[in-house]
Amino acid sequence: MTDVAHQNTEAGNNIHDMVTDAGENQFLTFVLEQEEYAVDILRVQEIRGWESVTRIPNTPEYIRGVLNLRGSIVPIVDLRMRFNMKSVEYGVTTVIVVLKVIKEDGSGSRTMGIVVDGVSEVYSVPESEIRDAPDFGTKVRTEFIKGLATIDDKMVIIIDIDKMLNSDELAVVDSVSETVRQNKE
Amino acid sequence: MSIDLTQFQQTFFEESMEGLDDMEANLLQLEVGAVDNEQINSIFRAAHSIKGGSATFGFDQIAGFTHVLETLLDEMREGQRDVTTDAVDVLLQSVDILRSMINAIQNSSTYDEDRAADIQSRLESILHNGSQTSDVSTATESVEKNSNQGIGWKISFTPHASMMQTGNDTVRIFRELEEYGELKAVVNTNDIPDFSEYIPEDSYLSWELTLLTQADRTVISDVFAWVEDECELSIEPIIDESRVTEKASPPEPVTTTQATNSSQKVTSVPASEAKTNATKSNTTKASESASIRVGIDKVDALINMVGELVITQSMLNQFAESEEVTAAQIEQLKNGLGQLERNTRELQESVMSIRMLPISFIFSRFPRMVHDLSSKLSKQVELVMSGEGTELDKTVMEKIGDPMVHLVRNAIDHGIETPEQRAEKGKPAIGKVNLNAFHQGGNIVIEIKDDGAGLDKDRLLSKAREKGLVREDETLSEEQIYQLIFNPGFSTASVVSDVSGRGVGMDVVKKNIISLGGSIDIESKLEKGTTFRVRLPLTLAILDGQTVKVGDEVYIIPLVSIMESIQIKQDMVRQVGGDMEVFKLRDEYLPIIRLHQVFEINRAVEEFENGLLVVVEGSGQRVGLFVDELLGQQQVVIKSLDTNFKKMAGISGATILGDGSVAIIIDIPGMVNLASIQNRDVKRAIA
Repeated sequence: MTDVAHQNTEAGNNIHDMVTDAGENQFLTFVLEQEEYAVDILRVQEIRGWESVTRIPNTPEYIRGVLNLRGSIVPIVDLRMRFNMKSVEYGVTTVIVVLKVIKEDGSGSRTMGIVVDGVSEVYSVPESEIRDAPDFGTKVRTEFIKGLATIDDKMVIIIDIDKMLNSDELAVVDSVSETVRQNKE
Repeated sequence: MSIDLTQFQQTFFEESMEGLDDMEANLLQLEVGAVDNEQINSIFRAAHSIKGGSATFGFDQIAGFTHVLETLLDEMREGQRDVTTDAVDVLLQSVDILRSMINAIQNSSTYDEDRAADIQSRLESILHNGSQTSDVSTATESVEKNSNQGIGWKISFTPHASMMQTGNDTVRIFRELEEYGELKAVVNTNDIPDFSEYIPEDSYLSWELTLLTQADRTVISDVFAWVEDECELSIEPIIDESRVTEKASPPEPVTTTQATNSSQKVTSVPASEAKTNATKSNTTKASESASIRVGIDKVDALINMVGELVITQSMLNQFAESEEVTAAQIEQLKNGLGQLERNTRELQESVMSIRMLPISFIFSRFPRMVHDLSSKLSKQVELVMSGEGTELDKTVMEKIGDPMVHLVRNAIDHGIETPEQRAEKGKPAIGKVNLNAFHQGGNIVIEIKDDGAGLDKDRLLSKAREKGLVREDETLSEEQIYQLIFNPGFSTASVVSDVSGRGVGMDVVKKNIISLGGSIDIESKLEKGTTFRVRLPLTLAILDGQTVKVGDEVYIIPLVSIMESIQIKQDMVRQVGGDMEVFKLRDEYLPIIRLHQVFEINRAVEEFENGLLVVVEGSGQRVGLFVDELLGQQQVVIKSLDTNFKKMAGISGATILGDGSVAIIIDIPGMVNLASIQNRDVKRAIA
């Protein structure tokens, strides 16, 4: 726990005020188009500023490319593009949140990064405070939403990162020939 | 009290397999008539350990089988039985059976029980037919009938601290002892240290045992056979009569009944002590992940290098501390950085070398194979191996094993002729197969050479024409003709044997080698023999790359795939079938792949005059890759994309460049395959 807290000091100023009881989960929230989204803090490996990445050919636009994270190659997903929001210029607050994603088949985990407008807070949310998401009204497809929580009168959308970053849509166009054929036409 | 034995099973499997390999190697070296006793001894030892281990773990079938095997070996060892070719043959087959038994247990699958029973009965019949008849029951009796020197034994037994860590259990030993008579054990707990110094995995106890028995001394010392290197052991007779022979004789065979039947209660051992011991030994790890054995010298070299690195680092640290930097210091700094670079490179090399194993891991399976095959095909073959110490990457090793087996098998089946044929041709009756491995540049070269019939060019060609692989009017070079044998379904053997000749395999052999980034050449002279030369990269983790620039992006092309790089003009390029571009290089039309098109790269050079065409070959096909410019050559460490992402067509991985950024490595065969679809259209269009 201390380890995670240490990694995220820049993210959560109120980290010391928090009480972690059993049944409470801590979430890191980040901002996308003025809305606050949350991910399980235990999945967050690190937060780093935006830096240029190497594009992978023939992948959807929202996969920005790959980054060298201390020797391992980590793909970076732009969450705005992923959620079909209008993309903006990356600015000083734009960060990459590096997450651990558990593979669908349970065969281990992989590391991926998401680009967000900025990180905001770390919250403790009791399990009982998390509500199921209604299946309309958000820009994000509800299958990626684990639930909604109200914190200080704000609504926070909790994202299921395993579902989101393993989803078939993230599966890239697997054949270059496809592209070539398209080019020929 | 129950001990979870499964965690030790893996160790048992590994050790047994090694034991079987040893047995096999020694059996193959046995010369009928002139037997080296040491060899028989080591075969016996291996069988004995397998028997003991399997009995401990309750694998009764293995124990029973090994017992018969061991009895036979014991008689050979004692000189009571001659070593015959027949016996060696049966012993070799027994090794196979044991291997399949162990595999079956390991994978919870089944083995050929009929064959096992058959071999076992053959072993038994050898035992019965000889001058000495001794089967299971008589062996037991003969052990017990042996003269003994006293009314029992006084055993002082002090295990080394680490004995428990190797999976040995004193309770088991005591139980076994108890079967021979009344056992009294007195434990000495004086050596148990303070709790603060207590290491739970170590053993601190020692015992004084008194065993009242008629059993022979060797029987008793046999019980301790598993731990004899890991304890202080003295066995003194409790003297009733005076005659004592101190000479330690080799252990007599232990029967299975003694080893397996351990369910009796041990009353004389303090139960609590026994329990602590058992729990201690439980902590030994049992990992199933792939492991690698590394020579201690390699580890030492690594440690040395890390030491150097630390020194260099502290030297460089000085500069961080100094307020002002003088010119002399800058010079020093440069030196330091140079040293750092050297250290890093050496460190990288030696880390890589950990993955390197001598090729003898593959070669060692061939003597047996050649032995079996030659007797099956009634050919006489001598196998000569050299360069067994040549090292290559473990991953490459694992993948090259099967293709090698296939090539050697082919050499014996198709290459080497029968002794009669050889005599007719005036060759020595014994054929020769040479296996040779050596390093050449960044590659390992493995040669498989036979002095057999050689490849018949004309026959290959006519067969290829028959099958429509080669057109009537086409002329092929010698090398191209030989390469025909790698076509699927192509075999020149007139008789299909169960060894080879079905033409399945050579294509797979080539495919495997190519997938490892290697190549295979054939040299052959009719009636003189054939040489297959397999060239493989030493490691899959590093490759020599050519960095190229396309648009703002940098890509890496494996250097081995690059034939040449040329600058062409627009008017040398012909448009075929609309959008397809081909270019004539000497007599060949090469399809052009514009990398920026395939990879959708912006701001790339469009005009041929301003860029470069890199001619690459993959999957036996050439294409021209159009790039903006060549940057440089460097060794790159291959990182896979699919660890965190997924495999992509046309991309074999990524690497990290000097500035920390990531560059994509192009998979040339993948890229060529993609172009070859187009290429067929090209050929049609030109024709």
